[in-house]
Amino acid sequence: MTEIFLIAIAVMIFVVIFQIAKASEYVSVLKGEERAKKQTNKINAFMLIVFLVLGLIGCWWCNELYYGKTLFPQGAASEHGQKIDLMLYITIGVTGVVFLITQVLLFWFAFKYQERDDRKAYYFPHNTKLELIWTTVPAIFLTVLVVFGLKYWFKMTGEAPKESIIVEVTGHQFAWEFRYPGADKILGKKDYKLTKGANGLGVDFNDPASLDDIHVAATMHLPVNKPVKLVINAQDVIHDVGLSHFRLKMDAVPGIPTTMWFTPLYTTEEMKVRSNNPNFVYEISCDQMCGKGHFSMRGVIIVESEADYNKWLATQQPEYYTVFPDKKPKPAGDVVPADSTKKPIQLSAILPSGK
Amino acid sequence: MSNTITSQEQDTQVVHEAHGEHHHHETFITKYVFSQDHKMIAKQFLITGMIWAIIGGLFSVLFRLQLGYPESTFPWLEDLLGHWAKGGKLQPEFYYALVTMHGTILVFFVLTAGLSGTFANFLIPLQIGARDMASPMLNMLSYWFFFLASVIMFSSLFVQTGPASGGWTIYPPLSALGDASSGSKIGMDLWLVSMAMFIVSSLLGGLNYISTILNMRTKGMSMTRLPLTIWALFFTAVLGVLSFPVLLSGAILLLFDRNLGTSFFLSDIVVAGKILPNEGGSAILFQHLFWFLGHPEVYIILLPAMGMSSEIISVSSRKPIFGYMAMVGSLFAIAILAFLVWAHHMFVTGLNPFLGAFFVLLTLLIAVPSAIKVFNWLTTLWRASIRFTPQMLFAIGFVSMFISGGLTGIFLGNSALDIHLHDTYFVVAHFHIVMGVASFMGMFAGVYHWFPKMYGRYMNQTLGYIHFWITIIGAYLIFWPMHYEGLAGMPRRYYDFSMWESFKMFAGLNQFISFVSMIVFAGQLLFVVNFFYSIFKGRKVTTTNPWGSNTLEWTTPIRPGHGNWAGEIPEVHRGAYDYGKDGREFIPQTEAVGANESHH
Repeated sequence: MTEIFLIAIAVMIFVVIFQIAKASEYVSVLKGEERAKKQTNKINAFMLIVFLVLGLIGCWWCNELYYGKTLFPQGAASEHGQKIDLMLYITIGVTGVVFLITQVLLFWFAFKYQERDDRKAYYFPHNTKLELIWTTVPAIFLTVLVVFGLKYWFKMTGEAPKESIIVEVTGHQFAWEFRYPGADKILGKKDYKLTKGANGLGVDFNDPASLDDIHVAATMHLPVNKPVKLVINAQDVIHDVGLSHFRLKMDAVPGIPTTMWFTPLYTTEEMKVRSNNPNFVYEISCDQMCGKGHFSMRGVIIVESEADYNKWLATQQPEYYTVFPDKKPKPAGDVVPADSTKKPIQLSAILPSGK
Repeated sequence: MSNTITSQEQDTQVVHEAHGEHHHHETFITKYVFSQDHKMIAKQFLITGMIWAIIGGLFSVLFRLQLGYPESTFPWLEDLLGHWAKGGKLQPEFYYALVTMHGTILVFFVLTAGLSGTFANFLIPLQIGARDMASPMLNMLSYWFFFLASVIMFSSLFVQTGPASGGWTIYPPLSALGDASSGSKIGMDLWLVSMAMFIVSSLLGGLNYISTILNMRTKGMSMTRLPLTIWALFFTAVLGVLSFPVLLSGAILLLFDRNLGTSFFLSDIVVAGKILPNEGGSAILFQHLFWFLGHPEVYIILLPAMGMSSEIISVSSRKPIFGYMAMVGSLFAIAILAFLVWAHHMFVTGLNPFLGAFFVLLTLLIAVPSAIKVFNWLTTLWRASIRFTPQMLFAIGFVSMFISGGLTGIFLGNSALDIHLHDTYFVVAHFHIVMGVASFMGMFAGVYHWFPKMYGRYMNQTLGYIHFWITIIGAYLIFWPMHYEGLAGMPRRYYDFSMWESFKMFAGLNQFISFVSMIVFAGQLLFVVNFFYSIFKGRKVTTTNPWGSNTLEWTTPIRPGHGNWAGEIPEVHRGAYDYGKDGREFIPQTEAVGANESHH
């Protein structure tokens, strides 16, 4: 019922506006078109300058309302991110000045040079000197921004430090999976054709390096202040690992692994304080349209002290034992799991594809 | 000298007589349906484009309803959309279908076909002094291929599994695998076939525009005397002709992958528990093919609006456009650079960083010709004598939007910043302002300006003013705050943000944006009503040159017939921008250069 009511009101407003507009046409004919034209000209010129003033106030007000909700106040949670924030500030500064100057000139000129009886347009078809100025000045500013940007770009996309922790990220509709390389620090090989049942990532357990690999879903743990390198995969369609607090992002493409590295600077607990939000979590958002559940493809990163991280890691059992529960050592033994060098290699008989 | 003029006169006489014959046996079908008159074809493009704009705009209102009010249900939505909105709530797959169709419709059907289809057809022969296009037949086919593409795309809205829903960029594997998304079933095939038809239409049109401009200019109309509208439409056509075939190849390869078991874009895929046999393809290859069109495409959308705004700003300022040659040169530079920047859409695909650096450099280089254009427009306004017709307001609005949206391009073109901002609402704000709203502003300016030439009547000015103010205020209210959402990393193409700790604080803002978008959509209906009302009931035009314009279209009769000029085609003696010269308000292009005229 309310909908019908609202639609009726909208239609009525519409009809009223239309009738007023029609009437105004007749009025202008009655008044004399020249006079009516002059009047609308004045009104619109005035509106333009009002729009400029209110618009600039609006920009300021919008900033008051929403600056606090951007990521600037809490600061970037990675070294890369801090560089990006700095670059953002500089770019906002430069473009902000240009924005202000050009918009003010645009609306001010429009207002000031409205048609008047006592003034004629000034014939001014070109001026080479002026044109050269506004070719070279923007070119110089842009060169600075490009040089600055590329310096950071190469740093961010460059090789990860040797001591980096490696975590493999796999995206599929609509969740994230993570794999840690275990004690040998090497991720075991994968073959997508092995993906079956419990072996959801298609790990090749013929590769001794895979026997100690740890597979966790949805939540990734990372130690603070240690570089981490993500090796990124997708199983079905393109996804994207979006880490807004670290200011990073990288596509996950089926068949073409990508990498990205960064150093987390604050633990999740520290970020709760910095962001003034007791519920703060580092979230992984999928940033590449991937199907109907795209908006719910959420992962979480828990950044913690190295001690907590190691404690957590020790509680995780290798994926090998989840896939082949019968191979799990008997609880009595207390054996440190997954010392890959001593594992028997003749597992092929029991493997799904026999590869 | 006088000899050549005479022979030209004779030629045109002959042509005119031939056309005169044509007029006699025109039926309703040949005049309004299968017309070969460029002016009628332009109107067909315009009206089809307007219908698409209403559909595409309505879709955006529907999905904004979900974004603004994710907790609410609207029973009437189920009545309207059936199982797309079960229980009065838009379902995610159809939310994505609406987003995809909104993008496809607005980018291709409205702002490509509706914009350059309309104005290239309408203005090229009239402004260069030709009786029609080089090939009226191809021109007619161009519209009918567009119509066919429209019918196919429209029909995809009614298939059981819904239309394409992988975004207007249709990245495979999502778009290639029916198992990955219901929109990638038959809806996607229809999308691809429709786009193939669309590309044929665009190529037929483009080839025609180029050959007409190069070969059929009237006597005296050298390239450097062309109005900027024509230059802009010329570069637009060149961009389309060189880049659309690449998308066509991408679309065909994707059809093969979907239906014939090839692996151009597919490799190592497990979907819905099935292990696919495809190996060795590259999903990224498609993105290169797509964006090789996709980037020039944004200039295909923008350049006609630039050209028309330049023309309208000059006419309404009663001043020559400042730096005509620089304006042409910057259009040329933009057209060239448009081909060399496509991979800036792909900075986060794992692109080789060195290649990325190359694309950063070329992308930011575009800011230089763009800056030249902005400063030249500003200088045109300086010490002008401005008449604020609705078209002039929209042209000023175009410049304002181009500045705002262009500057944010400097953020996104810089790859390091793009890592953070890519696929967030910052991008949504950027491209909607710079190519969406700005191009619409240019298009509206064009319609208000040339409506009297199209229909021999004026549009209602008061409605035009209301339309302008609703549009510019609303557009800024919608898109300006989106930059802040983007700076918070809020991803685009999300159906619901309420489960995200990082983004849910924008719920109030999203509601505000949705609310404003409905008002702005309603405001556009004022334009539609004004347009159709004025065709039949608008105030009649009584003078051939109502805006005091220099260009040739205003030397034709108030309602030109097929063939445009009743007598011979006028000869041109000067450029299009002699406004305010030697104390005269305007000097039409047809007027011979006087003996005492000053040289500048």
